[in-house]
Amino acid sequence: MTDTTTATKPDGGPAGPTRRPLSEKTPNAKRRETIDRAVSIALAAALAVAIIPLLLIVWQVLVKGFQAINLEFFTEVEPLSYRASGGGYVHGLIGTLYMVGLAALMSVPLGVITALYLVEYGKGRFAAAVRFFTDVMTGIPSIFVGLFVYALLVQPYFGFGTLMGGIALAILMLPIVVRSSEEILKLVPTELRENSYALGARHWQTVFKVVLPAALPGVATGCMLAVARAAGETAPIILTAFGARQITLALQDGTGQAALPMLIYRGASQPFPGGIERAWGGALLLIGLVLILTILARFIASKSRVTPGGIS
Amino acid sequence: MTDDTATMADPMVTATKRPDDGTRSTEVVFDVEDLDVYYGSFRAVRNVDAHIFKNDITAFIGPSGCGKSTVLRCFNRMNDMVPTARVDGSIRYHGWDLYATGVDPVEVRRKVGMVFQKPNPFPKSIYDNVAFGPKAAGRVKGKSDTDELVEDALRRAALWDEVKDRLKVSGLGISGGQQQRLCIARAIAMHPEVLLMDEPCSALDPIATARIEDLMLELKKQFTIIIVTHNMQQAARVSDRTGFFTTEVNPDSDTRTGLLVELDDTETIFSNPSDERTEQYVTGRFG
Repeated sequence: MTDTTTATKPDGGPAGPTRRPLSEKTPNAKRRETIDRAVSIALAAALAVAIIPLLLIVWQVLVKGFQAINLEFFTEVEPLSYRASGGGYVHGLIGTLYMVGLAALMSVPLGVITALYLVEYGKGRFAAAVRFFTDVMTGIPSIFVGLFVYALLVQPYFGFGTLMGGIALAILMLPIVVRSSEEILKLVPTELRENSYALGARHWQTVFKVVLPAALPGVATGCMLAVARAAGETAPIILTAFGARQITLALQDGTGQAALPMLIYRGASQPFPGGIERAWGGALLLIGLVLILTILARFIASKSRVTPGGIS
Repeated sequence: MTDDTATMADPMVTATKRPDDGTRSTEVVFDVEDLDVYYGSFRAVRNVDAHIFKNDITAFIGPSGCGKSTVLRCFNRMNDMVPTARVDGSIRYHGWDLYATGVDPVEVRRKVGMVFQKPNPFPKSIYDNVAFGPKAAGRVKGKSDTDELVEDALRRAALWDEVKDRLKVSGLGISGGQQQRLCIARAIAMHPEVLLMDEPCSALDPIATARIEDLMLELKKQFTIIIVTHNMQQAARVSDRTGFFTTEVNPDSDTRTGLLVELDDTETIFSNPSDERTEQYVTGRFG
């Protein structure tokens, strides 16, 4: 302690205890540097291991998928025989967009409003119960959601179709939308709420004009995650939309609707090169679709909010 | 409650009615009587008595944790936001009890505006920030009406000339001092009678602080201002009356309860305070 308090001046100051040049490393510092380097390398290696599967997937899908994708792939339906090559997945693309769109229409408003309730109004047992069951819903296997909709709606009443698939996907999306929106809404600073109240805004005005707009980019991102998950679901779709070999525009016709993941599954599980090639193309299309949706959502979110220095 | 406090050294509160010397308003805006504020069972502030006069700047000074902000937040019922907060005693606003049953806190806040320590514009345009309050209150009809109101508020907050060409820019895209004036403009746009300011300059540099202080002196022609400040010089520079808060340790629980020691003309507080604790604080021997 004393050698730091009686500091010597660089020039002509009173001589204090002997000082070590700052450039000289202590043994402790050397040890620290070694550990630092070792941990850095270990972390980088862990990152590499984690990212290898992702890179391999993307690489494989790009290489194999590009061979299958051409204009025809987006304009034609699958040929009747899996043996035949050519044809396309337009019916699956339309079906997936249709069902995911329906599911988003159902789950996003409901989910965001639920999250608003939990954050802004929910206190006590009811809110705790909602939160608990939302968590439970997140963990429900998707095949079970498919079975549930099948047993409750498809088999007794409506038959297979777009709406049934949409409902199953909406049930899968709902807990993701609720929990991610809730986390984002909780992050809105208390000061913003207080400022709103101090300006004489009522609770609902604060919620809908201050809290929700401030949280919107994050909420949109959470919804996109839910959409991305729904777009890739196969098991519940098989039990509710069943599949179709032609473009289906009916909301609910009782016979079925096609979807990309289902086409991929059926194409890839055949021993015929034609079907397998189309499945690779479908996989690339699905990955591209999810990517485009994500970018689009971020773009909309960035436009819908004034950013520092930007124009509203 | 009344019994044990009576035996303790009661604060010398000089909240008397102001004699009419013709220079300042004698109208009492807030009449605080024996105010206690609790958070749960913890008494944060006790026995506050004060008169706040119209068109005055009243400053609350005192060490940290002495309850200045807590008391300030009672004037517009912001403490309602804290679920455990509870108020005893009365605050009368022109004779009406602010905490009487049936009083709508939203209506109170439309008459008693507030500016916080950290400038905190909404992530909206400057224009929308200022228009927020009046729109929420349903006071503006049509765009020209809103335009007029926004311009008027920004002019009165001395911000118009700096932002008139970029009203559509985000309220977060201007400097800290400008943001705080935007928050003042936003509060003024509600045409309140009172402005509460909770350490409005503590996040600002000296130049921005000077601008806000000039603005306050201008604003007190139209508004009654209560300001909490850590800065004694600021209180001395801008305020007409100053209230000194301090804390006392509760012997049984090691918690601290704030109290208003005295509230008097600023000159008196800084030159000839009637309480020894005030004198020790303003001369820098304590706190």
